[in-house]
Amino acid sequence: MATEVGLGHYLVVSAILLVLAIFGIFLNRKNVIIILMSIELMLLAVNLNLVAFSAALGDLVGQVFAMFVLTVAAAEAAIGLAIVVIYFRNRGSIQVEDVNLMKG
Amino acid sequence: MIANIAFYVCSIILLASAALVVSSRNPVHSVLFLILSFFNAAVLFLIAGAEFLALILVIVYVGAVAVLFLFVVMMLDIDFAELRSGFQRYLPVGATVGAVLFVELVFVLGGWEFAPQAPVLRFSPAPANVSNTAALGRLLYTDYIFLFQAAGILLLVAMIGAIVLTLRDRKTSRHQSIRAQTDRTVAETLELVTVTVGAGVKEIGILRPKPVDPEPVEEVHHGN
Repeated sequence: MATEVGLGHYLVVSAILLVLAIFGIFLNRKNVIIILMSIELMLLAVNLNLVAFSAALGDLVGQVFAMFVLTVAAAEAAIGLAIVVIYFRNRGSIQVEDVNLMKG
Repeated sequence: MIANIAFYVCSIILLASAALVVSSRNPVHSVLFLILSFFNAAVLFLIAGAEFLALILVIVYVGAVAVLFLFVVMMLDIDFAELRSGFQRYLPVGATVGAVLFVELVFVLGGWEFAPQAPVLRFSPAPANVSNTAALGRLLYTDYIFLFQAAGILLLVAMIGAIVLTLRDRKTSRHQSIRAQTDRTVAETLELVTVTVGAGVKEIGILRPKPVDPEPVEEVHHGN
């Protein structure tokens, strides 16, 4: 493993990270908070890809886009956690399977 | 050489802590491992040369988002053991989907290549002799100014949304009633009394503040 760290290494790391995050969503299907954390990990993997390609090509737009992804991820986390808080206040549980009030 | 070693160490810690995020028994541990994985991802960004994004990741994610998660996990009184009851049952499905996706990604990683004209098609090549932060700022405040403003509006909307969703008025909380203030007339605030010489306040019957019946407080509901 004496080779220089390049684009391929970053792509492998972010691919494994994405798979772990999707695995986490399936594993913790009842717990909304861990699902939100898994989504954060997924967006982190996407950002890693964007930054790696930006560095490999010498193009800064990838990093600009990664910043917008960060913004969206922060907004999503805030709104998601607010929904979790009011849901828990009303129903006393955060199980995903209990979220069926809109069902006819 | 040091960068190589740092890359391998940090990516191993990143992946291990990501695995612990999704598999840990206690959600507080999950959040702490999430913070660890963000730190290691920041180091990977640094190695790739994206210094500004690395520090933004530490500030925004570790400083705000992860602490928000920690706050929510600790605030809600949730029976987490009950939430984990389906863990074993969901394991095969999750493993299958993950394995399929991983195989697909291996195929993608094994077969892709840059388009031959990719270096020519670069949108904004990184300028030489300019730090990463300065170069990003030049790009963000010129070419991408509208997107930058849109990102700000997005954050504003998210902030207002989170406040409106979680705002709760208690019966004991005291509010300013603008209607009551603007509807005040002279007659109900000012009273002219003829006072005999030498009489005390108690004898005339003036009590300040004037005892009034408290107005019934209407409880306001904000969607919950």
